Amino acid sequence: MTSVVVVDYGAGNTRSVRSALRRLSYESVLTSEPSAILDADIVVLPGVGSARSAMEHLTSTGAVTAIRERFSAQRAIVGICLGMQLALDRSEEDGGVAGLGLIPGEVRRLSGGRVPRLGWQLVTPVNEAFYFAHSYFADTPCATGFSEEVTAIVESDAFIGLQFHPEKSGDAGLRLLEQCLTRA
Amino acid sequence: MAHGRVVKGVSFVGLRDVGDPVELATHYSDGGADELVLLDIAATPDDSSTMLEVVAMVADSITIPFTVGGGVRSVRDAAAIIEAGADRVSLNSAALATPSLITEIADRFGSQAVVVAIDAGDGVVHTHGGRRPTEVQTIPWAREAGERGAGEILLTSIRQDGQRTGFDLELTAAVRDVLTIPVIASGGAGSAQHVAEALRVTEAALIASIVHENPTGLPGLRREIESFGIALRPWKERA
Repeated sequence: MTSVVVVDYGAGNTRSVRSALRRLSYESVLTSEPSAILDADIVVLPGVGSARSAMEHLTSTGAVTAIRERFSAQRAIVGICLGMQLALDRSEEDGGVAGLGLIPGEVRRLSGGRVPRLGWQLVTPVNEAFYFAHSYFADTPCATGFSEEVTAIVESDAFIGLQFHPEKSGDAGLRLLEQCLTRA
Repeated sequence: MAHGRVVKGVSFVGLRDVGDPVELATHYSDGGADELVLLDIAATPDDSSTMLEVVAMVADSITIPFTVGGGVRSVRDAAAIIEAGADRVSLNSAALATPSLITEIADRFGSQAVVVAIDAGDGVVHTHGGRRPTEVQTIPWAREAGERGAGEILLTSIRQDGQRTGFDLELTAAVRDVLTIPVIASGGAGSAQHVAEALRVTEAALIASIVHENPTGLPGLRREIESFGIALRPWKERA
C-alpha cells in the first residue's frame, strides 16, 4: 500500500486534504516527524496558515531538512496552496520569509482585482475550474499551469505544486489530485 | 442552523426546520453549489461541541469549500472550527465587540479564512440575529473590517432576508465600492434572475430559502442563472 504523509505545520485545515485522500483510497498520516517524511511514498504539503508560522514550525521539528533531502533524492512531494508556495526560495508574506528553496522563484502579493482571490477559476491547460483562495502567488520559471495569468501549477522533478485546492474542487479536483498522486 | 439542524426564517424570525445539515450539505455539494455557508443562529456555549461534530461530518462528506459562523468569539473557537474541517470562519457580533479578533484570526490562518458577516438595516449594523440595531454605520464598519484583515464580507440585508423579492443591490454596490475584498450578497434571493442581478454587482450571492424549499432544484437553478448571461464555473451533473 502506498504510504502518504500529510505534513503537519501545527495550524489549519488538514482534515479536508486527508478526507480527499481517503476518497481516493489513500490512507494518510499527519505528522512533521523527519523520518516519516523521508520514508513515505508520497508527501503532501497542505495549504494552511501563514508562511512564517509554517516555516517556523517546519524548522523546529526538523521537517525542513527532511523535505529538502527528499526533494534531492527525487522523491514525490505534492504541495497545495501555501504548501506549494513554501517550496520557492522566498515569500513576501509576513514581511519576508525564506522558503524551502526546492524550486527557484519568489512568492509575491497579488495585485489587481479583489484580494484575497476567492472562488472557482478555469486552469489552463487542464481546462477545468478549481477553487482558489489566496492573496499571494508563485513567480517562478517552473509554472506549467495558469489561471488568469496567475501561476496555478508548478512542476520540478518530483515536486508538483497546486495553487488551488484540489480537495475543495469537487470531482474535477479529486481527479487532478489522483493524477498528481499516481504520477508521484 | 440552530441546535444542530438547518432552519430558515423570514427577516431572521419564524424559524422552520428544513433538514439535516450533513444531508443538505452533501446534496448541495453534489448539486453544483460553489461553496456553502453554515451559520449557527442560535449558538450558545453549550452548542459548540454539537456544531464541531457537524462541521467535521460536513468536511468529510463534501468536496467544496465551506464557511462556518455563529458563536465564534475567540481565536481558539476559530481554530477548533478550522481544525474540524471548515475553510473559513464567519465573525459577526464578536468582531463588533472585539475588532482585533479579525486581525488575530487572519494572522494565524490567513485573510482568506476570515469572513465578517454584517447584518445591515437602515444604514446600521444589527446584532442578535438582526433584531438589535447598533449605532455602528454599515459602510464604515465594512471598510474597517477589510482594513483589519477580513478576507470577505457576507452582507445580509435584514429587510430582504427570506422575502424572496431580490437582493438589496444598492447596499451591496455601496459596500463593495469602499472595499478591495470580495463581497457576498445575501438576503432576498427568490429566483435565478435575482441571483443573476446580484452577480452583476458583486462576486458572490448567497441563496438559502429557494434551495431549502427545493433541494433538487439547484442544477436547474444554475442553468437558469447562466441563461441570463452569467458565467458560472463549468460544472457537470453526475450521470
